[in-house]
Amino acid sequence: MKDSIIKVRDFRKVYGDVVAVEGISFEVQRGEIFGLLGPNGAGKTSTLESLEGLRAPDGGSLQVMGVDPARESRKLRNLIGVQLQTSGLPDSMRVDEAMRFFCAYHGVAPHYHLLDRLGLAEKMGAQYHTLSAGLQRRLVLAVAVAHNPPVMFLDEPTAGLDVPSRIELHNLMHELQAAGTTIILATHDMAEAEKMADRVAILLRGKIVATGTPRELTATGAGLTKVSVRTEGPSLSDPSITFPAVSQVAFKDDYAIYYSTDPGPTVSAIIVHIEAQGDTLIDLRVERPSLEERFLEITGTRGGQ
Amino acid sequence: MNAFANHFSFEFRTGMRDKTLLLMNYLFPLGVYAMLGLLMTELNPPFVETMIPAMIVFAILSGTVLSLPNPLVTAREAGIFRSYKINGVPATSILTIPALTTILHMVVVAAIITATAPLLFGAPPPINWPSFILVFLLAAFACAGLGMLISVISSSTRAVVLWSQLIFLPSMMIGGLMIPFSMLPDALGKVGLLLPATHAMNAFQGLAQNQGAAFDPLWSVIILLAGGILSLGLAIYLFCWDRLNTTRRGHPTLALLALLPYGVGVVLL
Repeated sequence: MKDSIIKVRDFRKVYGDVVAVEGISFEVQRGEIFGLLGPNGAGKTSTLESLEGLRAPDGGSLQVMGVDPARESRKLRNLIGVQLQTSGLPDSMRVDEAMRFFCAYHGVAPHYHLLDRLGLAEKMGAQYHTLSAGLQRRLVLAVAVAHNPPVMFLDEPTAGLDVPSRIELHNLMHELQAAGTTIILATHDMAEAEKMADRVAILLRGKIVATGTPRELTATGAGLTKVSVRTEGPSLSDPSITFPAVSQVAFKDDYAIYYSTDPGPTVSAIIVHIEAQGDTLIDLRVERPSLEERFLEITGTRGGQ
Repeated sequence: MNAFANHFSFEFRTGMRDKTLLLMNYLFPLGVYAMLGLLMTELNPPFVETMIPAMIVFAILSGTVLSLPNPLVTAREAGIFRSYKINGVPATSILTIPALTTILHMVVVAAIITATAPLLFGAPPPINWPSFILVFLLAAFACAGLGMLISVISSSTRAVVLWSQLIFLPSMMIGGLMIPFSMLPDALGKVGLLLPATHAMNAFQGLAQNQGAAFDPLWSVIILLAGGILSLGLAIYLFCWDRLNTTRRGHPTLALLALLPYGVGVVLL
């Protein structure tokens, strides 16, 4: 049975004459990581900030664990943890003070181990304005999760983070998910969305234009699977050789690259051909179309309309 | 209570940690106090009679009207109030805690001035201490209220400077700090009655120093109290978390209502 933690029905948000979000609907299940993707101005942040109670919707309804964010902010505050895209902490606030300050308002004991976990242990006494952009984002994240909220909103959480911090954040997200936390992730990083999200919705000009699991989305596109082959001899060097389902051929760095609509028959035929030519296979790679390619396909096509 | 105490403690430490606040809360008023103590007592010997209340009112204006609004406007524009809202920090705490900690800094400065002025410059100490403390608190409350109101209606730190100076400069010139209220021409005196500094000086002189007030000091007490309450109420009413994304409950010109008690004073006094 589905347990919808977040319900968005015909949500609409306008700023003057500009319609930022035009009647979108979606639900997020308990323990799910749900990705909101879209180009700049697609309506991701308007949607997130309305769910967080920072903006009032101009139409439709929003619910977070049965709470209306616009009307019941007191109830909402202990249910959600938020890492905003544009917000900060007071310049003079020290790292340990930030943890104490926000935990006190949530009525929980400070969780200093989170600071340690996110690489801030050595910066306990440092003021916010002296931290690098990456450390500032980590601190905001640490205080966002400190009261153990059942729902997390992360708006571009890895922007400005180095690779180890990014990995640490992804591990933390998986741990939170394993503990039952529902996570809404707005990101421009398609690789991150593909890796982390159970389901994604792609927004374009205030409307949801695609939704599903990353695998479902990539499977429904016109994207071609890339088959890269390297052999010891010249058995594949002739570009006129054809294989089933191959629509394009390219050669790069000793690899013959075939773009296939159906990679199974293509790979079988290539191997048969190599063996028939008495050649030896050195390397063979099959790469499915990525979410990024599918995203560009959707946003590029529709955006041009 | 824990959250309030934590917030209060953080804001109080910020008042000394932040160089601008440290300057405006302590160094500027105490520096001016030292300078005027050395110069004015030589150039204008009667100044010493009102030196303690004048320097305390100057410190209050520096800490509240000049210094209090800027960090609040900067924090709002930087999205810090958005973080506060999400984490359940009430609007009343965002406004009142910095005001309370500023008043606490002013208590320290006032104590330094009151303790050292008689010794260093021969200024007469207060005679009626309970009235002295009451007038100090009322003056600080009224000015902190105006500081909060300025922070709420100002869209930028440049606007803060404009509004703050609109109160600070006339207070210095016609608020009874440098020139006694009784020596002002009638027209300027009427304008001076619109300033909390005038009423603070009048109440200090009449109730705490027994030096003879220019008009009934009880009116000044009532006007400072009413002005403080009205400013605080309007600041909370007009507060917005995020200038761009939230609707303000009333037009910023409503802030002018804070001058109502002072306007009544102009009519009655």
